[in-house]
Amino acid sequence: MRTVVTVLRKDLLLELRTLETVPAMILFSLVTFVIFHFGLNRATIAGQLAAGVLTATLLFAAMLGINRLFVAEREQGGFDAFLLAPVDRTALLIAKAAALFTFLAVLEVISVPAFGLLLLGPSLGPPLPGLIAVLALADVGLAVIGTLVSAIAVHTRARDLIGPVIGLPLLVPALIATARATGPLLAGQGHTSPPGKWIAILALYDLVFALLAYAVFDFLLED
Amino acid sequence: MDPRPAIELRGLARHFGERTALRQVSLSVPTGATLAVLGQNGAGKSTLLRILATLLRPHAGAVSVLGEPLPKRAYAVRGKLGLLAHEPLLYRDLSGRENLRYHARLHGVGADRVEELLKAVQMYERADEPVRLLSRGMVQRLAVCRAVLHKPELLLLDEPRANLDPAASELVEPLIGRATGATRVLTSHDPRAALAEADVVLALRGGRALFVGSPAELGESRLNELYG
Repeated sequence: MRTVVTVLRKDLLLELRTLETVPAMILFSLVTFVIFHFGLNRATIAGQLAAGVLTATLLFAAMLGINRLFVAEREQGGFDAFLLAPVDRTALLIAKAAALFTFLAVLEVISVPAFGLLLLGPSLGPPLPGLIAVLALADVGLAVIGTLVSAIAVHTRARDLIGPVIGLPLLVPALIATARATGPLLAGQGHTSPPGKWIAILALYDLVFALLAYAVFDFLLED
Repeated sequence: MDPRPAIELRGLARHFGERTALRQVSLSVPTGATLAVLGQNGAGKSTLLRILATLLRPHAGAVSVLGEPLPKRAYAVRGKLGLLAHEPLLYRDLSGRENLRYHARLHGVGADRVEELLKAVQMYERADEPVRLLSRGMVQRLAVCRAVLHKPELLLLDEPRANLDPAASELVEPLIGRATGATRVLTSHDPRAALAEADVVLALRGGRALFVGSPAELGESRLNELYG
């Protein structure tokens, strides 16, 4: 646990110093909302359409963070330095996933209210607790799969392409479950809790990929 | 010097795709001794250091470091070796102190050791500046600190004095020199300087061991042939 905290603290400090990842993710999501606003030619949207727009935007914004997750480790020797230390390598997986989860949470703190102002018809207030729960579960899946994909992609020359090419298909089930769970909340019909079925699917998806990542991550760090 | 071998290689080979970086390299280095690895650029020196550091797997042969076979028991060796590589393995946007504290925590070393080393290499005053703002020599001094934070039993030193002026070289000498008592493997762009420190010499050409023996046995003619 000490190693996880050490690596996570270093990653958050690096992001605070450079401001390379999270601002880009936020800016991307805001621009995408504006594009949807004009592309759909509608002043407001609601229900399943709103859920789809929000989920897809967050997913694509997450890809920016996923692509950059291991860049400092690769370019500045962080991998080698970590591998030389007498620590459990799984700590790197957990720390990187926690860092990506934090980046996604910061993104959503800004982009979800912006979505409410720019596109969403119904008020965000009543369904907000349910929405936070769904997005938190979605973020766990994004963080775990994103870390796994990023660790694979960073060792390739075409890492900016490999991330989305591998990551997006793996994330489709999470996108579907998140959009379906969010749809009723954004319909403005008094739903304040997400459908249990989709929450369960999302949680199961998170669990399966967390176990998979735990099983294979060591091999990804091997020469 | 402890006669038990700190490093034993038997028929070591390593490839990168079609290219053979090391082939049939065999040698033994006693505990506490210094091995100088000589050879032109691309001879396989850095590859050998990365294999000994457990960062690369050997493709053939047997490798034993500090009594542990690699790569099978690599986890038992990590933490006992310090690698000073071409790259400083420091984050450019963190300060020297932040970098060293990060590595100290990974190795379970206290912050007081970081301060002690920063003073030893005269980087105490500039320890809070981002690494990207420091000169190459200063970064190299910090890299030396990182490599020896945990007082390793085996020092793997790839061009350890690169970018260091004579005064800075003297500063790092107590940390990476013979006085540490650690077994050392070093490469240098200056073969004569490396030979002056060595107990055992490995001369590589195209990944093959041209010579393994003592510096006295190497002789000037072989040295000239190696770099000719």
